[in-house]
Amino acid sequence: METISNVVGFLPALIKATPLTLLLTAVAGVFGLVIGTFVALARLSTRRILSMPAYVFTFAFRGTPLLVQIYLIYYGLGQVLPGTWVRHSFLWPYLRDGLWYAIFALSLNQAAYNAEVIRGAIKAIPRGQIEAAKSIGMRSSMILRRITLPQALRSCLPVLTGDLIILLKTTSLASTITILEVMGTARMLQRQSLLIFEPLIAAGIIYFTVVFILTRVMNVVEKRLTRYRTAKA
Amino acid sequence: MVATALSVKNIHKSFGSVEVLKGVSFEAKSGDVISLIGSSGSGKSTLLRCINYLETPDEGEISVSGEVIRTLKGKDGKLVAADKRQLEHIRTRLGMVFQSFNLWSHKTILENIIEGPMHVLGMTRKDAVGEAEVLMEKVGITPKRDHYPNQLSGGQQQRAAIARALAMKPDVMLFDEPTSALDPELVNEVLLVIKKLAEEGRTMVMVTHEMSLARDISSEVIFLHKGLVEERGAPSQVMRDPKSARLRQFLQMA
Amino acid sequence: MEYYWQLLAWGGEGWGDDFAWGLVMTLQVSVVAYAVAVVFGLLGAAGKLSKHRLPRLLADIYTTVVRSLPELLVILLLYFSVASGAERLLKHFGLVAETFQFSSFWAAIIALAFVSGAFMTEVLRSAFLAVPPGQIEAAVSIGMRPRKVFTRIVLPQMMRHAVPGMGNLWLSITKESAIISVLGSFSELLYTGYRAAAGTKQYIFFYGLTAVLFLLITLVSALVIAQIERRLNRGHN
Repeated sequence: METISNVVGFLPALIKATPLTLLLTAVAGVFGLVIGTFVALARLSTRRILSMPAYVFTFAFRGTPLLVQIYLIYYGLGQVLPGTWVRHSFLWPYLRDGLWYAIFALSLNQAAYNAEVIRGAIKAIPRGQIEAAKSIGMRSSMILRRITLPQALRSCLPVLTGDLIILLKTTSLASTITILEVMGTARMLQRQSLLIFEPLIAAGIIYFTVVFILTRVMNVVEKRLTRYRTAKA
Repeated sequence: MVATALSVKNIHKSFGSVEVLKGVSFEAKSGDVISLIGSSGSGKSTLLRCINYLETPDEGEISVSGEVIRTLKGKDGKLVAADKRQLEHIRTRLGMVFQSFNLWSHKTILENIIEGPMHVLGMTRKDAVGEAEVLMEKVGITPKRDHYPNQLSGGQQQRAAIARALAMKPDVMLFDEPTSALDPELVNEVLLVIKKLAEEGRTMVMVTHEMSLARDISSEVIFLHKGLVEERGAPSQVMRDPKSARLRQFLQMA
Repeated sequence: MEYYWQLLAWGGEGWGDDFAWGLVMTLQVSVVAYAVAVVFGLLGAAGKLSKHRLPRLLADIYTTVVRSLPELLVILLLYFSVASGAERLLKHFGLVAETFQFSSFWAAIIALAFVSGAFMTEVLRSAFLAVPPGQIEAAVSIGMRPRKVFTRIVLPQMMRHAVPGMGNLWLSITKESAIISVLGSFSELLYTGYRAAAGTKQYIFFYGLTAVLFLLITLVSALVIAQIERRLNRGHN
């Protein structure tokens, strides 16, 4: 059928856009994990000057749609930055096109969701693990680095993986601020070819495949990192 | 060479409105083995945990090998450790063995044992592993060195935990009911290791329910009741011919 | 400051009333889409739990496909296909005039509901499985008919397990409804924000306002859900 050949015809252009989708996912994923860990630690802190802003951050970014966050950051910063020193700095070329705004928004959003998960995982670590470390005179920063975080991150790995897959899918929203990742390219193909469904179906095939592969890859990673749990005597 | 390895003076501790320790003192000279016995709620575990400040005493003084843990009065009038570095340093001189072993689940047995020496004492990996191998041999878990804690039986885990504590070369070993979480048939292998340590002349403070252990290796037995020392003395005295009625009752039921 | 108050004025040049309507529209869309999502979810869960292979296969395809694709993509696909498909169908059967246009409101609702329905399927399915089989056996053994067993024994107990998941899905739908703003056919909250910001160039102010209003929806919803959970868990602590 004509539809099928149309769909197939769109695939090459979309495959070319896939690395950008993966880039967005990887960069926002890493930033989200790192920022999320800091936010989780801040949330758990006994000092309100740390825990309050962290709470507000997670509440704001989880309580509003990602699309609103993207618009706010893209158009908002776009409204403010030209009037500042940034306009004349080395940063300007980076801040002219939408890519870094998209990464910024996606990273913060991801960080907020990751923070909740990591926070729960840290709280769930048996107290005895920490006490054993204290009892040999380990200092707090080391306990965090060598005992708490390795155990917490590994225990919530399945959830973090799920969130990464979700991130992969939500990179599609970057298309609303001119980024030509898979979704953006698909909509461009829609406008160029005047075909509504075929570009979307082709994009669907790409996303389905990438999600499938990423899921399998993350499963393998999970298994290797959590060997210590399921090892048999 | 300081004769007094551990000095515990006038420890008070409350949890909320419940006063668990009402002024307990004791001393351990080098080579002493002190057993803390008593029914649950007597405060013996809390006392032990106050020694390395896993619980902070409300009042009282702890000193290890002559060095007093410095304290300040905190916000609510209760004590806090004054100098974190000093506390960490003192903790390296105290080795604790927990009831639930608390081996780090994401590290192998060998990694558990060398963690302290390498990352707290700054030993090189080579030296740390070398000493760990001697300790593993001593407690009898060498075949399990590359296994993870959840692959070991309870008795094996506790012996590994003892090796981990010994790796820090502590002045005093603290045992918090080391065999209470073990299945009966696994208790003996741990008792043997503990007895060996006592024979070597290690200074030890033990909270235990194993009366035979207390009788066999202690230099002093302290019976706690409701946060106070009810009776204390050499095991031959205290356990064979207790003066206090409560102790007599306790020993009958133990 | 004066200027900002003017921007929020009711009617005329001010955007205050537009945002109020936008908020109402978002809530409307969310509520209706949620209800339809529950229907999709019940069908999906029934399919997954069915003894027959075909329903199970269809339900599996439904959830797998939807969960592998971005919501924006699914919503766009469904929006266009539902609108034109339903139009063609109804016109084919001569039920409507040639000039009929399938309501874009309903097309968007069905699109949103389709996406959330896949997740609803999982929530309802695991809630059903969480009901101890013994409860059903006890009812059957006193001769209760299957439909009554479901409505009087299974459903009430399912609800306790389903509420947290269903609560989260409500929060998701209220946020996902913002995606339909890209269709440009409705004055829901984000589209209103978009028009206001683009019109006045006050991007931070109006997108900020949009965010605050969504936050309000989330806050109130979270409080209500917490209340519902508390009541449903009476007698279970």
